Amino acid sequence: MSERTIAVVTAGLTSPSSTRLLADQLAAAVRDTLDERGVPRRIVVIELRDHAHDLTNNLLTGFPSESLRSVLDTVTRADALIAVTPTFSASYSGLFKLFFDVLDDKALVGKPVLIGATGGTERHSLVLEYAMRPLFAYLQAVVVPTAVYAASSDWGPHATALRSRSTRAATELADLITNTAPSTGPIDPFDDSTPFEDLLKG
Amino acid sequence: MQFGVFTVGDVTEDPMTGTTISEAERIKSMVTIALKAEEVGLDVFATGEHHNPPFVPSSPTTMLGYVAAKTSKLILSTSTTLITTNDPVKIAEDYAMLQHLADGRVDLMMGRGNTGPVYPWFGQDIRNGIALAVENYALLRRLWREDVVDWEGQFRTPLQGFTSTPRPLDDVPPFVWHGSIRSPEIAEQAAYYGDGFFHNNIFWPVSHTKQMIDLYRRRFEHYGHGAADQAIVGLGGQVFMRKNSQDAVREFRPYFDNAPVYGHGPSLEEFSRETPLTVGSPQQVIERTLTFREHFGDYQRQLFLMDHAGLPLKTVLEQLDILGSEVVPVLRKEFDSLRPAHVPEAPTHASLKAAAERARSLETLETVEAGDR
Repeated sequence: MSERTIAVVTAGLTSPSSTRLLADQLAAAVRDTLDERGVPRRIVVIELRDHAHDLTNNLLTGFPSESLRSVLDTVTRADALIAVTPTFSASYSGLFKLFFDVLDDKALVGKPVLIGATGGTERHSLVLEYAMRPLFAYLQAVVVPTAVYAASSDWGPHATALRSRSTRAATELADLITNTAPSTGPIDPFDDSTPFEDLLKG
Repeated sequence: MQFGVFTVGDVTEDPMTGTTISEAERIKSMVTIALKAEEVGLDVFATGEHHNPPFVPSSPTTMLGYVAAKTSKLILSTSTTLITTNDPVKIAEDYAMLQHLADGRVDLMMGRGNTGPVYPWFGQDIRNGIALAVENYALLRRLWREDVVDWEGQFRTPLQGFTSTPRPLDDVPPFVWHGSIRSPEIAEQAAYYGDGFFHNNIFWPVSHTKQMIDLYRRRFEHYGHGAADQAIVGLGGQVFMRKNSQDAVREFRPYFDNAPVYGHGPSLEEFSRETPLTVGSPQQVIERTLTFREHFGDYQRQLFLMDHAGLPLKTVLEQLDILGSEVVPVLRKEFDSLRPAHVPEAPTHASLKAAAERARSLETLETVEAGDR
């Protein structure tokens, strides 16, 4: 079986951040599940903080810098995506949204996605269902049923419950990955232009 | 090889003085820049077309007609003519008229315009941008090439027995370039007709621009207009020069930092690395511009953006002096010596007229030969 790439996009701001901790936990659970099934895999973690300036510049100039372009390409070509954001003002963070604003709106079509979010209190947990899931639904990604939310308490007394949610979500993502053909990447519009006679027909 | 300047015609506050010139001053300074271009030995002046502030050039042929009267060698062009929101009938008439007044020193660059709100002001919808460019240009070509046109399409009222007046000078329509930053369809259109393709080469990295130009060259050959390296390519570029490169950087930085389009974004250094922007000594500009040929192949037209972001007219005229005296003569010599003999120059009215006459005399010859048999 050919190697599958899983891109992990995390929008935590501090170091260490609980958002990165959750991203790592989800990535490790997916890795272990795929390893158990003998599926070769590569995991690429993208810290959006490292690209914050380039993302703003892309918004202003209309094109990505070379390093941002390679990140966007990685996500576009990946076989699956794990996307994790902190909860800011009842939604995903601005930095998180900026990345998906800059990413081509066809980049995630049909791609298996696992969504996660962190926050100070459990009261924000539905951010996954009313903010994150609609965003990826709009982008026509295939989001796994289990979304994983981690509040501060999940890193202490409720750590076992968090881990079991992560494992369940990881299994769902691994199922989708193994049942989907490997990503062939996007179609290059410069390789395959529409013949002008077809454009003339309107 | 043709060299020239292209202007957007923006009215922007000068960040060094906090003052903004009037529309009247901006319009007159655009004319001064055009006349200066001829004076310093440049070949082309091209003006943008805009219908919203902070831009002034809404009526390109009015301006170019005036410049035509004041110049004798300069080729007058556009950057770009809005093929989407202008009526192709009016473009056919306006630019044929300009051709006569300018003794053929006219070509055009077609563009779609990327300002959404402008479209409905002219009864159109930006979502039809490509379809408008395709249909309107197909009609424009017929209006210039056929004396009487019957036509029906999707976007304008049908024409019955219509003759666009005046007819093009010497029955030779102006040469047309198609400008597009990132639409493969427009590179395809330029290739289909064997027209020129222009990339503004200012806002995007070389790797992207190369994809557009390579597509155009490949399809130019596919449609049988010649080999890929004989396709007619034009490029933009953006430079600011002083004798010492540090002085150029120091002087240009506030204009860069506050410029419309990319201001308040990447640093001058980042943008210079990622795009063809060159701020430095004349020698640095020469070296950078020569690399365009390495990336995109031998090309026919190089236009520089010199007057924008609130740069004072005096500074722009100094830049044109440097361009005309120190940069373009070297580039002209270098590019000409590097270009193989089979790669053509950009078409002009004279060359198109000669080609049309050759084609007509061949037709006559064939008729005579057929009669002999």
